[in-house]
Amino acid sequence: MTSTPLLTLVIWVPILAGALVLATGSDRNAGLARTIALIGALAGFAVALPLIAGFDPTAHGMQFVEFTPWIGRYNINYALGIDGISLLLILLNAFTTILVVIAGWKVIESRVAQYMAAFLVMSGLMNGVFAATDAMLFYVFFEATLIPMFLVIGVWGGPNRIYASVKFFLYTLLGSLLMLVALLYLYQASGGSFALADLHKLPLPMGVQVFVFIAFLVAFAVKVPMWPVHTWLPDAHVEAPTGGSVVLAAIALKLGGYGFLRFSLPIAPDASHALSGFMIALSLIAVVYIGLVALVQTDMKKLIAYSSISHMGFVTLGVFLFERMGMQGAIIQMISHGFISGALFLCVGVMYDRLHSRQIADYGGVVNKMPVFAAFFMLFAMANAGLPGTSGFVGEFMVIMSATKINFWFAFAAATTLIFGAAYTLWMYKRVVFGAVANPKVADLEDIEAREWLFLGVLAVAVLWMGIHPAPFNEVLEAPVSDLLQHVAKSKLP
Amino acid sequence: MTLTSADFLPVWPEILLLAMVCVILVADLFLKDSQRGGTYAMTLLTLAACALVTAASARPDVTFAFHGMFVDDPMSDTLKIMVYLAVGAMLIYSRSYVALRGMYRGEFFTLVLFATLGMMVMISANHFLTLYLGLELLSLSLYALVALQRDSAASTEAAMKYFVLGALASGMLLYGVSMVYGATGSLHIPEVASRIAAGKANMTILLFGLVFVVAGLGFKLGAVPFHMWVPDVYHGAPTAVTLLISTAPKLAAFAFVIRILVEALGNKALFVEWQPMLMMLAVASMALGNLTAIAQTNLKRMLAYSTISHMGFLLLGILSGTINGYSAAMFYVAVYALMGLGTFGMIMALSREGFEADQLDDFKGLNRRSPWHAFVMLLLMFSMAGVPPTVGFYAKLSVLQAVVDAGQLWLAVVAVAFSLIGAFYYLRIVRLMYFDEPVDTHPIQSDGVARLLLSVNGLAALVVGIVPGWLMALCQRAMQASL
Repeated sequence: MTSTPLLTLVIWVPILAGALVLATGSDRNAGLARTIALIGALAGFAVALPLIAGFDPTAHGMQFVEFTPWIGRYNINYALGIDGISLLLILLNAFTTILVVIAGWKVIESRVAQYMAAFLVMSGLMNGVFAATDAMLFYVFFEATLIPMFLVIGVWGGPNRIYASVKFFLYTLLGSLLMLVALLYLYQASGGSFALADLHKLPLPMGVQVFVFIAFLVAFAVKVPMWPVHTWLPDAHVEAPTGGSVVLAAIALKLGGYGFLRFSLPIAPDASHALSGFMIALSLIAVVYIGLVALVQTDMKKLIAYSSISHMGFVTLGVFLFERMGMQGAIIQMISHGFISGALFLCVGVMYDRLHSRQIADYGGVVNKMPVFAAFFMLFAMANAGLPGTSGFVGEFMVIMSATKINFWFAFAAATTLIFGAAYTLWMYKRVVFGAVANPKVADLEDIEAREWLFLGVLAVAVLWMGIHPAPFNEVLEAPVSDLLQHVAKSKLP
Repeated sequence: MTLTSADFLPVWPEILLLAMVCVILVADLFLKDSQRGGTYAMTLLTLAACALVTAASARPDVTFAFHGMFVDDPMSDTLKIMVYLAVGAMLIYSRSYVALRGMYRGEFFTLVLFATLGMMVMISANHFLTLYLGLELLSLSLYALVALQRDSAASTEAAMKYFVLGALASGMLLYGVSMVYGATGSLHIPEVASRIAAGKANMTILLFGLVFVVAGLGFKLGAVPFHMWVPDVYHGAPTAVTLLISTAPKLAAFAFVIRILVEALGNKALFVEWQPMLMMLAVASMALGNLTAIAQTNLKRMLAYSTISHMGFLLLGILSGTINGYSAAMFYVAVYALMGLGTFGMIMALSREGFEADQLDDFKGLNRRSPWHAFVMLLLMFSMAGVPPTVGFYAKLSVLQAVVDAGQLWLAVVAVAFSLIGAFYYLRIVRLMYFDEPVDTHPIQSDGVARLLLSVNGLAALVVGIVPGWLMALCQRAMQASL
């Protein structure tokens, strides 16, 4: 391996590009801001590519490790490293950032520089979350992502944006502050270390494990989001601009799932086992109940938001089955959900840009005017419903298979999503795309242009590729998942 | 009793400052209004010279002077340099503000310098009387400064309240100190500590005194339930003076608390008594400060309640009773001063002749009017709320760490819960600046130096947040060497 600090680049290239974009200032330079943002996003993706080339899927433990003392006083270090799980999420993030910049290219007309800068900075911070191997560094990145997201929802969002942004911020802050206390407790218990590796080894009595687990649970459950702390998500999604929704769905929600894998399970394994029934119950409620809630939505974005929550229920379900296939399925589901929900939000964005409505009732017969778009939308809707051959199928199938081994009824409940998911997605699709042309506005619709072709096309390839050939993803996840399961199988009780 | 030249060495900065105040006082008489810039420059130069002298004479050990009345230790040097910086920044921020309000006169500068001298004496006091002397010099200068805008009814009212309550607090403190004297037979801080340690003090009287001393300190810090004066004074005083009151004196007050509670009354037997007292003050301050701040529509009042809650956090560091906790508190107060300077500086930058930008609504749509001002304010607000990567987060982190370390996990949870509530009203400012349309469309007129300093101040909240290690280490070293 070369000694290039790749992870540092992956984190800081987008952030510095964001600062540069911000420096272009007012909207008079909007064109320049867009160009720099695109270059920044591409550069951010480009510096992430060597990670694939240099990544050794058979190796155990962290790769591309970097270590620099940061705050000596509290032994906090700028410690970075990735395993297969982080690698996939970093790539997903860098990829999504490009799409978001392109998606906002024409649509965002006011305060362009700030918009683009917010996404680039957020992208870098999220990479930091996935790459940090020091708990406090993780926390700093984790929290810092709130600031740009808050601004994105509040400045460029829909009519009820202010309520949504404040709700988003306070909900997520509530979760993370408890986590902070837990981290400080662990710091003390470990004799002064925030290094994840040390915290993983630290033996903890059951009572403490339960406390730590619950503190982490609040933080991560809000992010995932799990039922019943999911209520911020539909609001935030509905009011956020398209780019905001995409990043929120594709990346920000993954912070929660990632947190479970990196913190809750390895730090409090006994509590995780003890509370797994509870977690599975919450996950199944999310899958089934939220799936039903999605069925009755009249707003497309809200529908996709509820569908996201329902699909993320698979992630937490897969994680807490403590079974190799389930856990891999959960991670695959995270990546796949990133593609699919991102694509669906972009599809809604494409329609919203033309009609300025997200209500299903305002549409109908779109296929007559936008046949190409309708084809793309069809693909993503099918993927969301879990059609075999698309990425949506792989993760869900693995989790359901794994659940069958543990308990038939878990699998049964989870499998209902294949019905509900198909029901709400396809029903929405039918009402929006098929039928007679609903109103004169729909009659004036024009099909997608090259820019929209580009992002929908790229996502379509990703969804199909992952659905038809998921082996490379599984291969990368093999080592970290088996390590994690081995670690979790051992009791940490003193 | 004789004084040697060694007695004067540690007191150099104070002597220099005092001499310069006298020079400025006289020199200003000969300056016309148009030449007032001279007084301004002399004042800043004096502060710079004091900073140089303090830095040059800083020693890693503890030196006493004037028969132990005065102490020069690393904590005092560090805090004094912070005080000079804060006062200097305050003068730069407020130059055009005070000029437009008829306060740009010699008195303003001499009073500010006298207040600074009072803080320095407080910081370096090693005797209860020296402490009191410093405190009164500071307080009297501040009373006068609050009332400096003579034709403003609000200012006069604020000064009156400040004076009456301040005098009451001083009375309580003195009463408590007299009990300490009665119990130990000394007012010399190390002497008091050693007599208590030797068990020669009457604990009943001492405890009785302690209650009054803590109440007096609570008044001076503005901790609940002794906080009544804070919102009115912050609101009524000219913003330049509010800025002064809310920053540098907090640094001095921190030293004051350390000298009295830790150095004099830090004995284990007394610590277990004052720890729960501070705990009550801290929790009440965080609760009332944060909850009441939500209801405010005036930014200065809101910041007053926010200060109360920050003082609660500061007390958390102190009540943990470890060097670790004291240095966390010192870091907290330094960071708080940095944020307070920037925030009040921003209010002054947005104010203009005959207009005070002290309503929350005045911040509406600031991002449209000036993205850079809005960004600086954004950094300051997130820092106040304690969101990483701004420096305010590390301040909260170090205090919480000290609290958890001291085994008070529940206190950390309470503190965290209230800082969540606090985040709401800081967020509201950001919301107004970024999400709303501007009501006030006047161009922002502030002078170049102040604007530059404001930028530095706001960016410092971010940059020190990205590399906070050195400031934490500085505070840690200062406390370790001094206690």
